[in-house]
Amino acid sequence: MAIAQPLPRTSVFRRPTATRGFASWLTTVDHKRIGILYGVTSFAFFLLGGIEALLLRWQLATPDGQLLDADSYNQLFTMHGLTMIFLVVMPLSAAFFNYLTPLMIGARDVAFPRLNAFSYWIFLLGGLFLYSSWFLGGAPDGGWFGYAPLSSQMPGVNMDFYAVGLQIVGVASLVSAVNFIVTIFNERAPGMSLMRMPVFVWMTLVVSFLLLFALPVIAIALFQLAGDRILGTNFFDASAGGDPVLWQHMFWIFGHPEVYILILPAMGIVSEILPTFSRKPLFGYPAVVFAGAAIGFMGWGVWAHHMFTSGLGPVANAAFALSTMFIAVPTGIKIFNWLGTMWGGVLRFTTPMLFAIGFVAMFVIGGLSGVTHSIVPSDWQQHDTYYIVAHFHYVLFGGSIFGLFGGAYYWFPKFSGRTYDERLGKLHFWLMLIGFNLTFAPMHLLGLEGMPRRIYTYGEGLGFDVWNMVATVGAFTIAASVLVFMVNVVRSLARGAKTSADPWDGRTLEWTIPSPPPHYNFAEIPTVRARDDFWHRKYTEDESGRVTPVVAGAATTEEDVEHEDEEHHDIHMPDPSYWPLVAAAGLPFIGYGIIFDWVWAVPGALLLLVGLFGWSLEPVAEEGH
Amino acid sequence: MSTAEVRHEAHTATGLDNRKLGMWAFLGSECLFFGALITTYMLYRNRSVVGPFPEEIYDIPFTSVSSFVLLMSSLTMVLALSAIQRGDHQGLRIWLLATAFLGLTFLGGQVYEFTVFVKEGLTVTRNVFGSSFFVLTGFHGLHVTVGVLMLLHHFGMSLAGRIGQEDSLRIELVGLYWHFVDIVWVIIFTVVYLIPT
Repeated sequence: MAIAQPLPRTSVFRRPTATRGFASWLTTVDHKRIGILYGVTSFAFFLLGGIEALLLRWQLATPDGQLLDADSYNQLFTMHGLTMIFLVVMPLSAAFFNYLTPLMIGARDVAFPRLNAFSYWIFLLGGLFLYSSWFLGGAPDGGWFGYAPLSSQMPGVNMDFYAVGLQIVGVASLVSAVNFIVTIFNERAPGMSLMRMPVFVWMTLVVSFLLLFALPVIAIALFQLAGDRILGTNFFDASAGGDPVLWQHMFWIFGHPEVYILILPAMGIVSEILPTFSRKPLFGYPAVVFAGAAIGFMGWGVWAHHMFTSGLGPVANAAFALSTMFIAVPTGIKIFNWLGTMWGGVLRFTTPMLFAIGFVAMFVIGGLSGVTHSIVPSDWQQHDTYYIVAHFHYVLFGGSIFGLFGGAYYWFPKFSGRTYDERLGKLHFWLMLIGFNLTFAPMHLLGLEGMPRRIYTYGEGLGFDVWNMVATVGAFTIAASVLVFMVNVVRSLARGAKTSADPWDGRTLEWTIPSPPPHYNFAEIPTVRARDDFWHRKYTEDESGRVTPVVAGAATTEEDVEHEDEEHHDIHMPDPSYWPLVAAAGLPFIGYGIIFDWVWAVPGALLLLVGLFGWSLEPVAEEGH
Repeated sequence: MSTAEVRHEAHTATGLDNRKLGMWAFLGSECLFFGALITTYMLYRNRSVVGPFPEEIYDIPFTSVSSFVLLMSSLTMVLALSAIQRGDHQGLRIWLLATAFLGLTFLGGQVYEFTVFVKEGLTVTRNVFGSSFFVLTGFHGLHVTVGVLMLLHHFGMSLAGRIGQEDSLRIELVGLYWHFVDIVWVIIFTVVYLIPT
């Protein structure tokens, strides 16, 4: 300690102290507020991506559609895919990770609160960077997977924005992956062993590892693409000896784990909703956890099933066909566990429960059509047709989005302290379920009839007319259901009835604290004695196995009561900080520098460096309060 | 260092400090980062349609020397950590500076090597060997540069009296990163330079 004299600190900024108002949101390091920022931002991007989808469907509603030309169609379908994957499902999952993981493991915050803010700001600015392409020469137009050598040779800045924009957004996910791995391993409350963690936390952990190992691979691929486009390297130039399928390998080594990055959070959410509304523990908890981990491992060995038509040869095709069939096994295990959870339960069909059941049903359809792709000759037939579009929307919309909406309703009382309108919630669910199936079920037929993906129009008399019109009607039904959701949220935030800490009779730790939670989460860090600890504090089983409430007060020992008031004064929470925002603000400038003129990179690099240095010199929390 | 951070170091569920676990996770990610770069290089080193080709251009004795310099910097890094753990602040500063100096020497060697290669006609745009070689070794050099900046930053912090004996973990973290970058170079030197095409 001798040498560690705290120096008088000289800082550009005074440490921000605001707890309300705009500035407080810019500087917050509270995981709950960052979760809300993630949620609101990604919902805004969801609306943008949805509008793009509606434009596409309007164009395709009738043969020889006149709304869009080929160029704008290309930009719209590319941005729709990029938006929904990188700016909606991933950050929306991150919103739930942020808000819930610390609450579920009994922690006061994530391991690195400022790093968490840094992730969010990079995501927001990276998303805006991608969208700024519309005004700066054109949006990416080479598909969300941007296959080189096509993408490396397309003219314009469009695919430059792809290569650089995804890189920025990727940094956000990488940083948050490190953060959540450390949080989940290190910040668990006493007694919260790994096998007592809620399944949602497990899935967060698996997803974080997938992100950790998948993102560097796409980062390299994107560097190579940017190099080919901007510097003139030869990575994807076949005439110089470059390998035309290298990009596909690199992209899908990232891209297939990415598929599980998109679905596992929703699976975790559903694994929380179903037990609560069935009044039963999750059926086969260890099987669900290990199946999730198995998917995380096996997800690395199936990437080439995206490339069956690229000429890999029969041995590689057969191997990847088998691994693809195998990965359906752990997925199937989860389905049966969810069904087993509901079996014999006391079911309450609330909105979140409906979405969870909808998730299971729609995901089964999407999963089964996925297995059909593992049959190589069948895949050759389906490749690049609307059958593929139908498949991945069943898993990503019918799967991920349904799960995420279910989670939004389930935890809405916890986030806001208010109840939502159950009637509007159910209207939302049924409209969305019907609209979704109207939109995407016909695409199976269109695909099998031979309608290719990514065409901006089609001729009359090819047999595509009826189902395309049905799909468009479905898409607008989905849009109507999203409007119902928005009305519900706005009305409920303003006028919803106040809710208690535990409106659903829940099982996990977030329901033990007030709604909305105080900024320090837990007045006293809980001690966990069992899986579904909160449930066991409330209920026990009699000899015949029936659930009976614990006699009031018996669950809290005298010890607990004594401690209740002591610690409030001694809770040290990390202080807000400007530095994450300053550092993150550098990245888009560096991006513009790479694409347009290097001078832009100078202020960008300065912001980044100043931000990081200011950050490293600033303590997590100020002294003396 | 501020007591806030000492307190933050306190008990965790695994007993490992947050920052240390975070660094290990990040280094795990870096394995895939360099893995992808090295794989691309291995795929492309024999596929150029125009020269210069790898065997014509590598100067193995020169690169061996600069590799040795980088390896020795791991030794000085260990000595820096050991010094601060014993509370030897003078030793910490000497060895941090020595490590940074060896790192800069390696970087100087890389700049010289790149210059020679460019003079002999190998540029990043010349052929696929050039593209994959420069991007791989360039990213490694960038990592060394970041490491040198971190070393100098901690050297300055130590001069300002802001690294106490109880903050040895901060030096350990820099060391983890530095050793990792070193190990990656061992792999690059072996598979890129030594294994004949």
